[in-house]
Amino acid sequence: MDRNTLLLFAGIGGLLLLASLIGWLLKYRAGPGPQPVIDNLNARINAWWVMVLVIGFAFLFGYTGVVVLFYCVSFYALREFMTLTPTRRSDYPALVAAFYFALPMQYLLIGIGWYGLFAIFIPVYLFLLLPILSSLGGDTTRFLERTSKVQWGLMIAVYCISSVPALLTLEIAGYEGRNLLLIAWLVIVVQISDVLQYVCGKLAGKHKIAPKLSPSKTVEGFFGGVALATLIGASLYWITPFAFWQAGLFALLVCLLGFAGGLVMSAIKRDRGVKDWGHMIEGHGGMLDRLDSVCFAAPVFFHMVRYWWG
Amino acid sequence: MLASLIAFFITSAARLLTGARALWLGSTAQAVQRIYYANHSSHGDFVLLWASLPAELRKRTRPVAGSDYWMKGALRSFLIQRVFNGVLVDRQRSEPSSNPLQAMLDALEQGDSLIVFPEGTRNMEDGLLPFKSGLYHMAKARPDVEVIPVWIANLNRVMPKGRALPLPLLCTLSFGAPLGLDEEEGKDAFLERARNALLALALEEV
Repeated sequence: MDRNTLLLFAGIGGLLLLASLIGWLLKYRAGPGPQPVIDNLNARINAWWVMVLVIGFAFLFGYTGVVVLFYCVSFYALREFMTLTPTRRSDYPALVAAFYFALPMQYLLIGIGWYGLFAIFIPVYLFLLLPILSSLGGDTTRFLERTSKVQWGLMIAVYCISSVPALLTLEIAGYEGRNLLLIAWLVIVVQISDVLQYVCGKLAGKHKIAPKLSPSKTVEGFFGGVALATLIGASLYWITPFAFWQAGLFALLVCLLGFAGGLVMSAIKRDRGVKDWGHMIEGHGGMLDRLDSVCFAAPVFFHMVRYWWG
Repeated sequence: MLASLIAFFITSAARLLTGARALWLGSTAQAVQRIYYANHSSHGDFVLLWASLPAELRKRTRPVAGSDYWMKGALRSFLIQRVFNGVLVDRQRSEPSSNPLQAMLDALEQGDSLIVFPEGTRNMEDGLLPFKSGLYHMAKARPDVEVIPVWIANLNRVMPKGRALPLPLLCTLSFGAPLGLDEEEGKDAFLERARNALLALALEEV
């Protein structure tokens, strides 16, 4: 790892240390007994430690480490998505294709850096293959709905998430060998935007921004979180190939997309009558609860960077 | 040795594949003698229920299985007898004089807990089939043993009938409150109550 990467991880470690300290102080001041909001905050902070350590560990192994990490992330996300979306017995071949063919193939293509195929593999080839497989069973009940669900799950959990490691395939002049930092920048900005929206909302939130979709999100949280995260993204321009103002604009873009992603994924959860996608990350819910914003930010970020810099 | 190694491998694989999240909604995971009864939609049902119990409970909990299916072939009979320590019952009643319940009552007599599927066969539709009466007779014979409903959600999607390759979807097992048999309660009323208690858990899932 080069100096910038170490500096970045040291910074994140310091931030988490501060968060843990605040969480501990809040708990100490509140006294013994369960405090739902504070306990959840501390669970979230602890989960962040684990997530940062896992990402740091993957970074140690470079390109391969990151591709394998996001393969696992996509697997868990796809599994959460498919578990919550009802399919019928005749969808079995399509689901087998999703888990055992599309998922490994997408990451293999990213591993070998074949942009021409990984960019269209799921949106074109799987888009056509899945309904073909589903039709084999001869079951027409809610056919369009069922095939759409499998396709949508693949797009969100595999295609969109795989745009993060796809950043490694970009060849940016003057930025050779540092693409891992671009991933770090994207993940930091999107996630810190989520965290700051949560913090600003808890501290100053009064007006609900989308009461039907996501009752915990507030106008104050949205503006405060996005503004602060944009500022942080801009001031981290030194780890990116961008100038200060470019980093700022990109940060604003991914924060807005991330926010919208949170709302869309929340609409799906509410329609299915659940609060969380899963239970694997203590305090956060499932993998998709943590990554809903990344799903929407990563593909657009990847393609724009590739268009102007790649 | 080999059997317990295989048991470890199978339960780990089942948990890894399905996440096997156990929700103790009306009871806790205590080492009390129990009859767990569950919905039956896949051959993996008892494996998953067995795997989701804490190790110390698992040691004393035995699945009840049909000998017509499980005694066919050396591998199956090794698995059910040595690995899962199953209680085999004769569903066909090949000898009219034999009481198919006797094997289960014997196991209860030894202090073991049981896993039973009162629908009697795998159910391919939603909901539950009518219950067989065995559950009632056991509850009546052994009122000291807790009867606990367990709803297994999603496993029929993980391993659909007739498919070899399982799908890695998440499964949840909801353990309900012990039923208890009322003094006056007849067979049909008890079975109806047991069936409704299990269906109620299905609605509570997620």
